[in-house]
Amino acid sequence: MGRTRAKDRMKAEVNAGSMADIAFLLLIFFLVTTTIDVDKGVLVKLPPWSNEPPPEMKLNSRNVYSVLVNANNDLLVRGEPKLLRNLREDTKEFIMNPKKRDDMAEIPTKAIISLKNDRGTSYETYLEVYNELKAAYNELRETEAQKRFGKSFEFLDKVRQKEIRADIPLVISEAEPTNFGEE
Amino acid sequence: MGKFTKKRGKAKPEVSTASLPDIIFMLLFFFMVVTVLRDASVKVENNLPFATELTKLEKKSLVNHLFIGKPLKEYQSTYGTSPRLQLGDKFAELSEIPLFLEKHRASVGENSIPGINSSLKVDGKVTMGIVTDVKTELRKSGQLKVNYSAKPKAE
Repeated sequence: MGRTRAKDRMKAEVNAGSMADIAFLLLIFFLVTTTIDVDKGVLVKLPPWSNEPPPEMKLNSRNVYSVLVNANNDLLVRGEPKLLRNLREDTKEFIMNPKKRDDMAEIPTKAIISLKNDRGTSYETYLEVYNELKAAYNELRETEAQKRFGKSFEFLDKVRQKEIRADIPLVISEAEPTNFGEE
Repeated sequence: MGKFTKKRGKAKPEVSTASLPDIIFMLLFFFMVVTVLRDASVKVENNLPFATELTKLEKKSLVNHLFIGKPLKEYQSTYGTSPRLQLGDKFAELSEIPLFLEKHRASVGENSIPGINSSLKVDGKVTMGIVTDVKTELRKSGQLKVNYSAKPKAE
């Protein structure tokens, strides 16, 4: 009799009822500490550093789209003041040159965007301008992808994406900023 | 009619709660995986600007963060009010950037070094001067992949 009872006791399990409570506690801890902020941003590739001055390049001025942002956060595009909201469309027109004007890029691969700012330019404005320029290129690539393959650019395979990238290359050259407006 | 009499004894079926811990554990694991424990407290003002052309940064371990902004109120007495650079969890000088990058490079595998991104978390009000200096320093150290951190703009 006594023996069988002892065996029964051996089989007794640990009460797992409180497991849920413990798990809940941990869950709440992680819920509170979690910050689901995905790191997003505008990706850029900086040019490599060299101590020598960059080689003099002879560029046809029709292929250069110069954008200046001064310390007052005003835009000067190809010598004329411009509003930020017009920048994207204007850039697109410059790159593609649909009317074949002789003061805009010959072909998209030759187009160069030259961005220059003052040290006093606010970062916010700078990023907005950069964003608009990048958006112009992204939109052009998107329309090109639709035209050639009837598909959105991001859904194309690597080879085709590369093909379009090669035809509409993003070239933003950034000059050393001028020393205006540094606080 | 006997057929419709209630079967009293058999009533009160309860929902089994035995699987509840499993469900909770599943949720728990989900949050444990998703959680990014903040490793550095930001000591500078950091209102990121808005942008639309955003790229998501994958692989958290291959990202190093550089914060630039005005020191927060409690640090202004020591560090002043002009924008400062913060590396890791402390204020730093521009000259400390190469070492900071080198430390991060050493912590990731040799093969993943080309995949390292620098995330520049710059306050919108900062002027370009310090940002340019940081960019120059990054270029000198060969860290060319840079991500200007920004918030998505609602259109």
